[in-house]
Amino acid sequence: MMVTQQLINALNVGSEYALIALGYTMVYGVLRLINFAHGDVFMVGAFVGAFTARALEGGMSAGGHLQLSQTLWQAGVGLLVAMVVCGLLGWAIERFAYRPLRNAPRLSSLITAIGVSLFLEYMAEISWHVGGLRYFGSTPTYFPPIAGSNHGVHVIDHVLHARVIYKDLITFGVCGVTFVLLWWIVRHTRMGKAMRAVSISFDASRLMGINLNRVISFTFILGSVLAAVGGCLVGLRNNQAQPLMGVMPGLKAFIAAVIGGIGNIPGAVVGSFLLALVETLVASITIHGVSLSPYRDAVAFLILILMLLVRPEGIFGKAVPEKV
Amino acid sequence: MTFFNRRNFLAGAMFLGAGLLAGCHRASVSPSAASVIKIGSLNSMTGDESTFGKSCNSGIRLAAEQQNARGGLLGKKIRIITADSESSPSKAQLAVLSLIDNHHVVAVLGDVASSNTKAAVPRCQKARIPLITPASTNPNILRGDDYCFRTCFTDTTQGKWIARFARHDLHATRAALLVDTKQAYSTGLARVIRAEFTRLGGKILLAPSYQSGDTNFQTQLTQIKAAHPQVVFLPGYYGDVTTILQQARELKITVPFVGGDGWDSQKTLQIGGKAVDGCYFTNHYDPSDPAPRVQKFVKAYEARYHGNVPDAMAVLGYDAANLLFNAIKRAHGTGEPALRNAIATTKNFPGVTGNITINKHRNAIKPGVVIKIEHDKFVVVKHEKP
Repeated sequence: MMVTQQLINALNVGSEYALIALGYTMVYGVLRLINFAHGDVFMVGAFVGAFTARALEGGMSAGGHLQLSQTLWQAGVGLLVAMVVCGLLGWAIERFAYRPLRNAPRLSSLITAIGVSLFLEYMAEISWHVGGLRYFGSTPTYFPPIAGSNHGVHVIDHVLHARVIYKDLITFGVCGVTFVLLWWIVRHTRMGKAMRAVSISFDASRLMGINLNRVISFTFILGSVLAAVGGCLVGLRNNQAQPLMGVMPGLKAFIAAVIGGIGNIPGAVVGSFLLALVETLVASITIHGVSLSPYRDAVAFLILILMLLVRPEGIFGKAVPEKV
Repeated sequence: MTFFNRRNFLAGAMFLGAGLLAGCHRASVSPSAASVIKIGSLNSMTGDESTFGKSCNSGIRLAAEQQNARGGLLGKKIRIITADSESSPSKAQLAVLSLIDNHHVVAVLGDVASSNTKAAVPRCQKARIPLITPASTNPNILRGDDYCFRTCFTDTTQGKWIARFARHDLHATRAALLVDTKQAYSTGLARVIRAEFTRLGGKILLAPSYQSGDTNFQTQLTQIKAAHPQVVFLPGYYGDVTTILQQARELKITVPFVGGDGWDSQKTLQIGGKAVDGCYFTNHYDPSDPAPRVQKFVKAYEARYHGNVPDAMAVLGYDAANLLFNAIKRAHGTGEPALRNAIATTKNFPGVTGNITINKHRNAIKPGVVIKIEHDKFVVVKHEKP
């Protein structure tokens, strides 16, 4: 029973990591840039989702009890608005922070990425009061839950002897749909083809008439939209959004992307679930009454170090000799 | 196209430089410097602990405003300078240094979180600036530092109340303990709870841990569920507590969770919702206490802060500030070591949270309450004596 339950827990954590890791990996693929602000786009997504859902709640809850269909609609609209806002944010970050530095040394972009990350975090720490409501701010913002989403699915309860709630199913469902969509965009659209071309060679694709700026903007928008989905799912799970909620998941997702081979899309997904599995395993081991849970994060970072030492190209990556 | 050409840059730099010089100049000959008493409020205005920090800071500022309305202290106005410790010990250290070195405060009130206070204590001790922590309960943060004081109960007391309540009032013998290894508050409180619960014949079945800021606690909770405890001790801060309880209830862990004053925030009710119902925590005071000194404070606070009910951190900040003002009066100034000695000899100071006497370990011995969360409300179920 406990093993099944822990596997389901790992799936939950893995989905969260994967949605962030994909953004890291796609941006790295086309620009060779680690976009450290990505975890914070995830945070903005959670906030925007919370504000939207809350605003809709104000309009509907006058009657009293909220129905499942209403709250589902509320969460759905919240998710869509968060995706749009984060997409715009991702576009703006690339346009105003990274594009002016495109030909600068790579270190400049990296430092700028850290700057953008801190900028987003501390802008979110400031609270704005509009119309008697508080937006952003350091104290957690309440995220309205979906009615009934905390209830268990009885059939699964009986078959697996583990508790799966509707929230889990929502998470897995949304992630699954997102991954398939992403796969389709990258593999079967002209834009996807252009993205793949740019990731192979910047100059050659420019010579072939690909509009580099458009492809790069599109990549940032796509990655940020995925982060928004992740932010909303995590916000929904924990009923709250906070300015620093993206820091640790962002780092973990980065590790996951490195494990899978940074720049490689299926690699990011596999790396995320692998990392989640290892973390869950470590945290659930107890030796002579002493829990190993405090070492979970240490193990995650140890894996990053080992991976970089032994196989820096990741599980799915190809070792490409540095061109001189 | 670019705005950042060299001439603009030079002009900007000169403008900035002129501004800085003007700033320095003003500070050095400020006529008001001698007629104000500057007191530092070291609190987390941002980050995970900011509800605590903001409440505490509001309490301190209310006390100063009231004192200034009564004509100030020794003919001078009090000015509170807030430094943000950003919910991080390393930032708390920088913030306290800025209070001491840049603002030349005569005393520091803060921090709430024990880890942050622990980082600030050596700085105040070295500069011989008295520090009073209104709310850090970890017993180990003040040791040989004779310039540092505490005006709330410690976790040695609070932890015993928690363990005893679970053992005697909830009749539990099998418990789990979930600890935040990042917080001195949590690890310290956990140690006392474990010792006392075991001493009373209870058994701690398992003690997994987390780190504040984690978003997923299901792994630890799944382990706890499998051990079937009758109660779960959760000595953590409200932000994580609400998420943990949410996930615990999802996993169908229905037993009560019991924690300490780190749970005290209106956010616990709002975010926790049904998940926190039926849980207990120990706290410093009860805002519904009919005693006139409590009600007078609650009214003044609500009037000043748009109807917000003062939580424990607000009242502790208020008490610590008033105790400091009282000591400054008795010391007839802010000189060193007169002020430090006046704080150390505080006897039966009438605070909102009870009479405060600073003992030889520079701690206050105070009563507390056990609160039950019932239908979106905090209800006092037990009064504890020190």
